[in-house]
Amino acid sequence: MMSTYYAGLLADVGILLLGALSVYIILATGQLSLGNAGFMGIGAYITSYLTVIAGVPVTLALVIAAVAAGAIGVVVGFPALRLKGIYLAMATLGFGEMVRSFFLNLGAMGGSEGFHGMHHISLGYIWSWAAAILLLIVILERSRVWLDMRAVRDDETAAGLVGLNATTIKVGAFGFGAAVAAISGGLFAHHHVYIEPGNFSFERSIDFVLAVILGGSTVGPGALVGAALLVMLPEYLRFLAEWRFAAFGALLVAMLLLRRQGLLDRATFRAFASRRAA
Amino acid sequence: MSATGPVPLLALNEVSKVFGGIHALTDISFEVRPHEIVGVIGPNGAGKTTAFNVITGAYRASRGEVLLDGTPITAEPSHRIARAGIARTFQNIRLFADMTVWEHLLVAQPHSEFPLRRLLPMRWGSPHALRRAQEVLEFFDLGAVRDRLARSLPYGIQRKVEMARAVTARPKLLLLDEPVAGMNHDEADTIRKLMQKLRDTGVSILLIEHDMAFVMKLCDRLYVLDFGVMIASGLPAEIRANPAVLDAYLGAAA
Repeated sequence: MMSTYYAGLLADVGILLLGALSVYIILATGQLSLGNAGFMGIGAYITSYLTVIAGVPVTLALVIAAVAAGAIGVVVGFPALRLKGIYLAMATLGFGEMVRSFFLNLGAMGGSEGFHGMHHISLGYIWSWAAAILLLIVILERSRVWLDMRAVRDDETAAGLVGLNATTIKVGAFGFGAAVAAISGGLFAHHHVYIEPGNFSFERSIDFVLAVILGGSTVGPGALVGAALLVMLPEYLRFLAEWRFAAFGALLVAMLLLRRQGLLDRATFRAFASRRAA
Repeated sequence: MSATGPVPLLALNEVSKVFGGIHALTDISFEVRPHEIVGVIGPNGAGKTTAFNVITGAYRASRGEVLLDGTPITAEPSHRIARAGIARTFQNIRLFADMTVWEHLLVAQPHSEFPLRRLLPMRWGSPHALRRAQEVLEFFDLGAVRDRLARSLPYGIQRKVEMARAVTARPKLLLLDEPVAGMNHDEADTIRKLMQKLRDTGVSILLIEHDMAFVMKLCDRLYVLDFGVMIASGLPAEIRANPAVLDAYLGAAA
């Protein structure tokens, strides 16, 4: 039984890792999205529809969902360009809630009663996706596109004046982030084999952001550390019974006071990086 | 206007910029020819930085036009103007907060390669960019601080990093907003020699500067702005002797 228990936790880590990465990608351009559970929901419903009703293999369904959610992300990314900081956070929050209530009213996919019939996927399958996408991001972080994204985050005006098109970069990041969130959603749906709109609420978007902040918001592997902590820590704090979430909150506050950049940051990797002198 | 080359590299034709009711620039015309170092001087609030912002697309001119190589760039967004060959630095240095010196040199390079190559790790995708960054690193003698966060460096070096970032893109025209402000004599001298070397590589320079000794030694020609109006232009020696300029700006400092 222990092994099923840990397998469940590990699956949660993998799914949360992808959600956290979706926030991380968008945050790399300086945009904070509190609506990524919305993209996750879109991915969950599209993949479930495709596998259960259209009979598409799950991997293909995930790819289709990622492309569709990516396109929606681009569409959301354009109005988001006009908003900064807290206003963008509020607008994306609104988007997430809009998606949730859309599925709540979508009778064809079960509405408030949820949707089931998906076949169960293995832990290995979930982690193949999670690891592949984490690896992809770690590789991308060494590219010029990623440097462009960081420039836009640091100083959008100066980025424009060195020839970077901030619009393309920010909207592109939104699309990519949305695609990754959709994969997280598709895996979630086929892990739990049941979804309902409440699975993709505001709290889940917050979990994604927390994982990124906790693990480190400037390096991809930070999302991995953050996702693992976010899933495991409340488990290890079980001896505190009902107090464990309060203790977890206190840990989070202490973390932000002591190490605002998160557990991992670029300096952690710098020694490693300087070895690869160009 | 130009006696030499057929088309000036940069030309402003009767450019005006109005903010609300404030006339920041009124009918300003000037030009920079290839291989020239041109200075813009004038008291604080004269509109010098506004002119830079209009040229680089940070502001849109209210009237008049800006031409680069004879092509109008007045209505272009700043990233297009940058790609067309104009790079700049800022009065209050604007470096990327979380980047090393080396990263500053890579980020500013033109988008010459096949777009998908930009997604690859730079070692494989952008060997040209890495070579160019190395070249500029050496030109500005920044090798010792290559992997330091640019913002953590002393002020004078930050200025050099900003200039290096502007140069990496191989601009035709470099706009420098007070490049030696706050520098001592030796540091300013180093910058002056670097600019002369840059000009020798074919870059034209337009600069704003208050350090008159520096401007007089370095610039081929000067324009003088006061309250958004061009009050004089000419060779450094002419400007130094111009009574209107003395009155408005130079005073005893000259």
